[in-house]
Amino acid sequence: MSLRRPLIALSALAGLTLTTTAAFAQDIPPAVKARQGQFQIMALNIGVLGNMARGNTAYDAAQATAAAANLVAIASLDQGFHWPEGTDNMSIDGTRAEPAIWDNLPDVIAKWQAFGAAATGLSAEAGNGLDALRAALGPVGGSCSACHDAYRAPE
Amino acid sequence: MTDRRTAAVQRDGLGTPPPARPRKWPRVWITLGLTMALVVGAAWLITRPATLSLAAQAELGAMTGDPVAGEQVFWAAGCAACHAADGAQGAARLILSGGQRFTSPFGTFVAPNISMHPTQGIGGWTQAQFVTALRMGTSPDGRHYYPAFPYAAYRLAAPQDLVDLWAYWQGLPVSDQPSLPHDLGFPFTIRRAVGVWKWRHLRDDFVQSGDLNPDQARGRYLVEALAHCGECHTPRGALGGLDTTRWLAGAPNPSGTGTIPALTPDRLTWSTADIAAYLSDGFTPDFDSAGGSMVAVIANMAQLPETDRQAIAAYLKTVPPATDRPQP
Repeated sequence: MSLRRPLIALSALAGLTLTTTAAFAQDIPPAVKARQGQFQIMALNIGVLGNMARGNTAYDAAQATAAAANLVAIASLDQGFHWPEGTDNMSIDGTRAEPAIWDNLPDVIAKWQAFGAAATGLSAEAGNGLDALRAALGPVGGSCSACHDAYRAPE
Repeated sequence: MTDRRTAAVQRDGLGTPPPARPRKWPRVWITLGLTMALVVGAAWLITRPATLSLAAQAELGAMTGDPVAGEQVFWAAGCAACHAADGAQGAARLILSGGQRFTSPFGTFVAPNISMHPTQGIGGWTQAQFVTALRMGTSPDGRHYYPAFPYAAYRLAAPQDLVDLWAYWQGLPVSDQPSLPHDLGFPFTIRRAVGVWKWRHLRDDFVQSGDLNPDQARGRYLVEALAHCGECHTPRGALGGLDTTRWLAGAPNPSGTGTIPALTPDRLTWSTADIAAYLSDGFTPDFDSAGGSMVAVIANMAQLPETDRQAIAAYLKTVPPATDRPQP
């Protein structure tokens, strides 16, 4: 009996750890889901433009203009609600957001605004032919990379 | 004449000299002494920083550097990725002032100033000293560089490419920013011990030794020698040397969290066109963008001719799959 009790306690503890870990993995905060969704929308629309730029799909001025307008729309979303404290990759699972984001908020905001400026530039050029699209897409990719270089952890 | 023995005799006043017995070393001491001398000698030889032979220096001296070709070598070799200031963009990436910090299990390495400044940088070096650093990992004052500087890859570079690179280097800007010391723990502070690392890990052959067509072979040269992709994408052993039996099979991130992905064809299943495009515009096939250290790598790779990016992709498809090999 005296031997068994610590064993039961231990297995109970192990069970508890298992359930909390499982709950932890599924329990991605809504703000994190929201920001990840916004990046997925960005990727989808950049994909429309990028596939044209790479020659994988035919250039279509109307589609290119629509995709660029979507990027401008996302850039205009206020980011204040998407990045609450404690949602970095050291605090929770399921995100690649580095804690450095919260240590350098002015820089992060500047980089987000740089994306907005690049997207605005792209939306002005996207309908003006494939070469114009290619030239204007470069800075958008550069703005993605600038932020990912500093603030997104590898998978 | 007063030698020490007579002085002792006079002091103790006894007058009987000690028996003059020939001193004989026991054989075990002789054996031990010889073994020690052999070990010390071997260690001295092994850890001696290597330099270019006179013949190699003469061969280099006969070459003429082409700065235009050298610029391509500069981007392929990724010098700016580590030696430009942290976060440098555009033309600032040509200012090789150093200062970026690289954490590792051995301590933190700080990239030195390798701009053309005559004293703070390497502007006072000769071509032979430059090539010695890249191929041997030995400094002009005859000391080992730590292998955070990827000379294990650069030693596979063609001498003409390094001569061209030095010719290009002459036109690079000057920075007077002083180099900062590395921040390493004992015993990694003993530079001479790097000789043991070199003895174990420097190779003169490519890892992928199969039959390759010219395109794949060009890709191998770029990946294994100049672009030193294996430095991050191949796992390391206990001493910090690359485990070539798991070549490009992915590895823990040397500086920070997460893993560096595998580039083997079973893991990196993108088409060659997708790989080449990623190295140019920085987008994955899903149009996610590159992050971390790959941002600087892509900035370099984007400067190369399209044929080189295609060659890299073609080579990666020839690498043995990671799944056939023991996992880390």
